[in-house]
Amino acid sequence: MKILIRLIPLVLFLLLGVLLYRGLFLNPQAMPSALVGKTFPEFSLTRLTEPQQTLSKADFKPGIKLVNVWATWCPSCKVEHPFLVKLSKDERFSLYGINYKDERVEAKKWLKYYQDPYQFSIFDDIGRLGLNLGVFGAPETFVVDHKDVIRKRFAGVLEPRVWQREFLPLINTIETEMAEGK
Amino acid sequence: MSKLISFISTMTISCLLAFSVLAGPIDTYTFPDEVTKKRFAELTYELRCPKCQNQNLADSNSPISQDLRKEVYDMLMDGRSDGEIMTFMVERYGEFVLYRPRVSSLTYALWFGPIVFVLIGGFVVFMFVRRKDDKPEHLSEEQKQQLKSILKD
Repeated sequence: MKILIRLIPLVLFLLLGVLLYRGLFLNPQAMPSALVGKTFPEFSLTRLTEPQQTLSKADFKPGIKLVNVWATWCPSCKVEHPFLVKLSKDERFSLYGINYKDERVEAKKWLKYYQDPYQFSIFDDIGRLGLNLGVFGAPETFVVDHKDVIRKRFAGVLEPRVWQREFLPLINTIETEMAEGK
Repeated sequence: MSKLISFISTMTISCLLAFSVLAGPIDTYTFPDEVTKKRFAELTYELRCPKCQNQNLADSNSPISQDLRKEVYDMLMDGRSDGEIMTFMVERYGEFVLYRPRVSSLTYALWFGPIVFVLIGGFVVFMFVRRKDDKPEHLSEEQKQQLKSILKD
């Protein structure tokens, strides 16, 4: 009995050690989004390429949507852009852009120069829609399902490895849900 | 001489104060009254910047913090309550933005853990102290006499 009591500090120390050791490998930047499971917020903003045209949620095509937050001031957006162009050829979902706190002229130039992978880009110059989406920088990518519910939010550069590991399984899940008529 | 010292110390302190004011980001918000001003200061102190994780909104100069400060200001001017503003932020950025987490089943351990540990510690100390009192006397009468004679010297 006495030996057991004497061992308590050692056991506590080991438990604490395990806890702290695990903490070393956690990514503090990986934040769960408060919006996963909620419907995509309403918006009424202009189209990047046509200032006269107002866009809203009704302009999204039915089915799975990929919404990418980008800006010309964001260097990582340039990195992920070629991959987005590749993704835009995938028929299973439609890709939309939110041009976040940017200049219209510069953004239009960017799309002309690097190709435009988006169905359309929403021009969010003061970051109103971004705020409602809980965006805190660019690039960020959201997966929105057929019922307009946000299923995933990813902050950072979208690259093939992340796509394979995190996005593809989710898109498959949503597709089965759609097939089952959920 | 003492006048000179007091002058120098006054200057030093005022310089330090001046710099500490300049250290934070500069916004040009004007408030209708002192209460709103204080509420703004408190809210931006309690809300955490989502991008730069170890700073609060009042402290950070990142674009998102500037936006969120403006949002807090606009909502204050709109007459919203502190609770509404906090909820607005939590709905968008998650519980993460609160430097002081809300009491919920998830945070019970965080809020009440320290009290539990103090109680456990207190109990352990109590047990040790009590055990010492219970200890029987080891010295016999003879030994006590011996001890007394030794101490006399």
